[in-house]
Amino acid sequence: MFFGIEWDTSSNLAFALSILPILLIGLWVTIQATVLGFFIALILGLVLATLKSAPTRLISWPAKAITEFIRDTPLLVQLFFLYYVLPDYGIVLPAFLTGALALGVQYSAYTSEVYRAGLEAVAKGQHEAARALNLPSPRTFTHVILPQAIPRIIPALGNYLVSIMKDVPVLSVVTVLEMLNVATIIGDRTFNYLIPLSMVGGLYLILTLLASSGVRYIDVHLPKRGLSLK
Amino acid sequence: MSEPIIKFDKVVKRFGDLTVLDELDFQVEQGEKVTIIGPSGSGKSTVLRVLMTLEKINEGVVYIGGEPLWHESRNGKLHEASEAHLRKMRNQMGMVFQQFNLFPHMTVLRNLTEAPVRVLGMSKADVRQRGEELLDLVGLSDQKDKYPHQLSGGQQQRVGIARALAMRPRIMLFDEPTSALDPELVGEVLNVIRRLAKEHDLTMLLVTHEMHFAQQISDRVCFFDKGKIKEQGTPEELFKAPKEARTQEFLKAVLNPD
Ligand SMILES: Nc1ncnc2c1ncn2[C@@H]1O[C@H](COP(=O)(O)OP(=O)(O)OP(=O)(O)O)[C@@H](O)[C@H]1O
Ligand SMILES: [Mg+2]
Repeated sequence: MFFGIEWDTSSNLAFALSILPILLIGLWVTIQATVLGFFIALILGLVLATLKSAPTRLISWPAKAITEFIRDTPLLVQLFFLYYVLPDYGIVLPAFLTGALALGVQYSAYTSEVYRAGLEAVAKGQHEAARALNLPSPRTFTHVILPQAIPRIIPALGNYLVSIMKDVPVLSVVTVLEMLNVATIIGDRTFNYLIPLSMVGGLYLILTLLASSGVRYIDVHLPKRGLSLK
Repeated sequence: MSEPIIKFDKVVKRFGDLTVLDELDFQVEQGEKVTIIGPSGSGKSTVLRVLMTLEKINEGVVYIGGEPLWHESRNGKLHEASEAHLRKMRNQMGMVFQQFNLFPHMTVLRNLTEAPVRVLGMSKADVRQRGEELLDLVGLSDQKDKYPHQLSGGQQQRVGIARALAMRPRIMLFDEPTSALDPELVGEVLNVIRRLAKEHDLTMLLVTHEMHFAQQISDRVCFFDKGKIKEQGTPEELFKAPKEARTQEFLKAVLNPD
């Protein structure tokens, strides 16, 4: 029994059907961790990208160093760091939040690069034309630069959403009951790992395919009006 | 003679160790049509870009209508100009780029109306009407709802010219407006510029390799070499009887490429 749900070991099929609701609870946690982690990565990445493009090196250099550091250390190390070190400083977060935060921090290094690359890909001539027309800088950013950067940024961000989802099982090591953790616990208790783990694989496959096609849908239907993104 | 509308006073522009404008003295009178020619790297584009405030200067003073462009005078001293001052000065000029630099995500008409609505504070209806008139002027009234990539290079550059004119500049700067075009599209753009050149009040500064065209429309041609004006004069003087050896050499090379 797990989450108050009994399993039925009379046959493989019955077992699979009986643990499906349990795995779906884990799946729901996986989705929540993905969405929250992605959200943190979007915001933190934007902050990092802004700092990195700051005109003074006093700000841009540390931001670049942080990005590089995050990128070059494994997610697991960051996760342990947050999980074991933060409480020493009086910050005690539930395992789920710590996990989502670790995902968000790790991926903020990538999203910040996506933002930066997207903005830099807009031709220099666009800035110059806007300046020659005396468009105010905020207007130039929101109406000239961003509309040309966003169609490049969104698909790349979408790919990281899928990556985050596939990294969620790492959170099982700090007791987050995401789908993989749930499956191994079922395996521990029933001595049948094959079925729950296969189901995790299957559910992940479905989830990834759905997310990828969602990303592709957005990519195709994103208004690109006149932009060629070669 | 009245105050020159453009005046470079011992202007120096460097990129690192490279001196691109070398104590340049240069004047343009109100309504004058001046063509700048010269070898690659001689600083032709830089002159226009300094005027359009795309490139800062290192030394000297640039005056527009008698007022310093890159400086503001306070207590009788010249200080580096504020963005507000640059905005005010910039409004007097329009620039046409070699690569057009149209906004690709905006329709042709929107390219023309975006800045006037925001910057000149004109009503949308007025700006729209003016935009349509300008498209008419460059012969593109039927293309106003298209996006730039749906147009030929020549059409795009005509939009570029109309877009600059929409800001009602006193000075128009053209940086090799036909260099990025297929040869068969050059004529339509030159025709538009030629028509503009008939406007008595509009001051025009044009960098071009179209020597024949320069001869037709210019009041004066300046030959640039190594960040200075090596020689200048009426098209007659400069093309028919260049005095400097460097000018002769250059003209010979561009007029008889083989
Ligand atoms: N942003 C920059 N940084 C460094 N060097 C630059 C920069 N812009 C221009 N230069 C250099 O300054 C010199 C003059 O450039 P400029 O563009 O004014 O030449 P030009 O006369 O317009 O030449 P062309 O006929 O090739 O357009 C060139 O040697 C160029 O390489
Ligand atoms: Mg040039």
